[in-house]
Amino acid sequence: MRSAILIFPGSNCDRDMMVAVERITGRRPALVWHKESQLDPVDIVIIPGGFSFGDYLRCGALAARAPAMEAVIDHASRGGAVLGVCNGFQILLETGLLPGTLVRNSGLKFVCRETRLAVQETIETPLLSDLATGTELVIPVAHNEGNYFADAALLDSLEQGGQVALRYVENDPARAANPNGSARDIAGILSANGRVMGMMPHPERAMGNGHASEDGRKFLTSVLEGVAR
Amino acid sequence: MSNASEMSFSDAEQMGLSFEEWQLILTRLGRTPNLCELGIFSAMWSEHCSYKSSKKWLKTLPTEGAQVIQGPGENAGVVDIGDGLAAVFKIESHNHPSFIEPYQGAATGVGGILRDVFTMGARPIALLNALRFGDIAHEKTPHLLSGVVAGIGGYGNCIGIPTVGGEVNFHSSYNGNILVNAMAVGLAHSDRIFYSAATGAGNPVIYVGAKTGRDGIHGATMASAEFSDETESKRPTVQVGDPFTGKLLMEACLELMAADAVLSIQDMGAAGLTSSSVEMASKGGLGMEIDLDLVPVREEAMSAYEIMLSESQERMLMVIKPEQAETARAIFEKWDLDFMPIGKVTDTQRLVLLKDAQIACDIPLAPLVDDAPEYDRPYRPEELQPVLSTAQLEKDIPLDEVLEKMLSSADLSSRRWIYEQYDSDVMADTISGPGGNAAMVRIHNTDKGLAVCTDCTPRYVEADPFEGGKQAVCEAYRNISATGAKPLAVTNNLNFGNPEKQDIMAQIVGAVTGMGKACKALDTPVVSGNVSLYNETDGMAIQPCPVIGMIGIIDDWRTTIGAGLQQAGQALYVVGQSDKTNDGWLGCSVYAREIARREGGAPPSVDLEAEAKNGQLVREAIAKGIASSVQDISDGGLLIAMAEMVMAGQCGAKITPPDSGSLHGWAFGEDQARYILAVRDAGEFAALCAGHQIEAVRIGETISKTELTVGDLPPISKEVMVAWHTSPIPALMG
Repeated sequence: MRSAILIFPGSNCDRDMMVAVERITGRRPALVWHKESQLDPVDIVIIPGGFSFGDYLRCGALAARAPAMEAVIDHASRGGAVLGVCNGFQILLETGLLPGTLVRNSGLKFVCRETRLAVQETIETPLLSDLATGTELVIPVAHNEGNYFADAALLDSLEQGGQVALRYVENDPARAANPNGSARDIAGILSANGRVMGMMPHPERAMGNGHASEDGRKFLTSVLEGVAR
Repeated sequence: MSNASEMSFSDAEQMGLSFEEWQLILTRLGRTPNLCELGIFSAMWSEHCSYKSSKKWLKTLPTEGAQVIQGPGENAGVVDIGDGLAAVFKIESHNHPSFIEPYQGAATGVGGILRDVFTMGARPIALLNALRFGDIAHEKTPHLLSGVVAGIGGYGNCIGIPTVGGEVNFHSSYNGNILVNAMAVGLAHSDRIFYSAATGAGNPVIYVGAKTGRDGIHGATMASAEFSDETESKRPTVQVGDPFTGKLLMEACLELMAADAVLSIQDMGAAGLTSSSVEMASKGGLGMEIDLDLVPVREEAMSAYEIMLSESQERMLMVIKPEQAETARAIFEKWDLDFMPIGKVTDTQRLVLLKDAQIACDIPLAPLVDDAPEYDRPYRPEELQPVLSTAQLEKDIPLDEVLEKMLSSADLSSRRWIYEQYDSDVMADTISGPGGNAAMVRIHNTDKGLAVCTDCTPRYVEADPFEGGKQAVCEAYRNISATGAKPLAVTNNLNFGNPEKQDIMAQIVGAVTGMGKACKALDTPVVSGNVSLYNETDGMAIQPCPVIGMIGIIDDWRTTIGAGLQQAGQALYVVGQSDKTNDGWLGCSVYAREIARREGGAPPSVDLEAEAKNGQLVREAIAKGIASSVQDISDGGLLIAMAEMVMAGQCGAKITPPDSGSLHGWAFGEDQARYILAVRDAGEFAALCAGHQIEAVRIGETISKTELTVGDLPPISKEVMVAWHTSPIPALMG
């Protein structure tokens, strides 16, 4: 199982993701600096959370144009697996590897809290292969711009095409399930070929061992074992 | 005004200097200073940089202990936490800027305290804060609260350091002068701490980080003056933060330190290039020469005065090993940051500045630092407040109504609306975040955990500065102990009014003395701190607020427990209370203010010996696995603590009040040195208490239904309490 984690100036979940992947696979991911334009062959590229380039211009917009992203686009075009978490999701949207956009949270505030996700019925994808449809996962979010937005036609086509991977569902009856106003409660989506996934929640922060939930470990294990097969 | 202009006292006065201080400058220099020189004197002699009113009393604080590696006087304090590791921490205020421009004021407060910590070679691992706002109904409060919270989150979230704890109070005395104190905690190798004293005449002085602009010029002086209606026109003197550059600077500095290239380093915080250059040179007993034309600037035609007094953020000054200059440059280029040799260390003990090939400043360093004025300001304590009896305060209102009013009061209601705007989980080592007792972060890749908290009860300090100073330390001590961690050391932030007024000076003296006594008794020395005076608006002083930031260590983070009740059928005990207790101390309490509508009155007294003993007992009960949840009793008393344990937990509680006496006194009294524990084995716990000769009273047990029952009164469900508790702040903020 070979993995790579991209690092941009302003990435701040790169170490957390590295620790999580290493704990699951026993193998340290390659760390790829944004200025590198070559990527050694890997089973999956992970783009971690943070504030790449300070979120200046638009979240993910500058990172999407970094040399390392050209290598990621190339990797994806050959059917390589990619997972983008939080800012990584924003970057994948900016590169066009995933459709739609993420806008400011509907509450106009940064939100850091636990959410409950339900795995959706999707097209064939190695990234969710060990998680049955309907599986619920408690994983925290922490973001300012996690409100997934697309026109109705695109949303319909994502749903019909099995590209909606994760949705927010009720966690605390006293609170709204959806933390950010995301269209149709979408928390994560897949590319049309099922090999690129973007999600707002942070699985690397739900690894058990002191974290409130262990569901992120369950999720990442499915992703990493799925792409290694 | 050109730099060559002849300065007069009126110029000095505008910079906040007194006539005596102006005379002292003339004597020390033997001539009239130019604009740049006068600006440097006024900044270095400002209250903010010189501690001239408080120094005499700060010296009385205990600063030593086996655990202390570095006490006050450096960028941050350093404490040994074993296994070759050290915790580096400090708290700092950004009160005045945050009132003028809440977002940037708070954001740069966070940025500044983070630089203080990573300057010492430590990677920051936790942020905390202590905030005070005006009356919750005051027209400015929502704007200030939302701006400050967004600013704290804006910086901490972006730079990727978790904001794990803090405290927020509301009181009308802060209507025109809010308090924003930020604390950072970092982790370093105890043999790899970096200091600010310059070394080696001839070594290059390097400027790194962001460029210098005209923002924040003379901010330290503004922070040392009282407020008036015109202060808001000072918005241009508020610095603007850039957490992205802060992140790059942090990574670059830590990388450079690991490369063994740095000899000494100092961040440019208050008074910018002035204080950093003066402090580095004077601490090293050396001098410094800087060519201001080499300083990276982002605006044209900046004068020597402006460059020296700018408080632009995300900048550092350092002395590096000459042979490592190219390594250092490469690291900063990698991070796209300015790296500019701007001068050299000299052995002249003078600060010499060149601008446009002319000498813009040439002054001896000694008067700036060592001869800085130090005042023994006169003080006159106010008469102590009378002790108010329960009979004077108790109201004939049903208990559940009181509980509703208390839980939904500004000071006791949930801070969830606030702390959910902070990323409390980044770095993935947060074991317990905001909303409980002290927060706990894991020492990465180890079994150890660091417990951290901030505390102060301003109404106690106002009523009795000495007891209030003691209480701030003790409350922090209880919060740390309630996690199972052993309290280690403190940082303090002394927020007071104008020290030239005798009653305010008496508050400072009383609070610092009380604080010192408590720190000594509890073996938690003060290793760093900050003083913020002149917190007044149009002559009205704030409630004094000497904030304590405390850290503690636990050997195995897996043994820590929280406040939430875990399992039905466990006995509930109050430690520090006897079975004969049928009343409580309501004077100066939240009950007195919110229910009896009476402020003041003597606060509860603080028994330091009991605090130490009871804290020790609680830590042992946690370490031995006897206790399964713990909450310390503070604001609002026993019933509020009990309600918090139910709200945070998986089950409920049924407790029985005493047969006689005052129900409200028992439920809401704020007697100190107390904790509520849910224990797995009552017999074992009773034996532990007996062994320590500590009184503990069994008040009830945990029950499977998630509700709180007091005696024969109808149960109150967790959902109802949570709704009372969580609704006020969101309702205010819309």
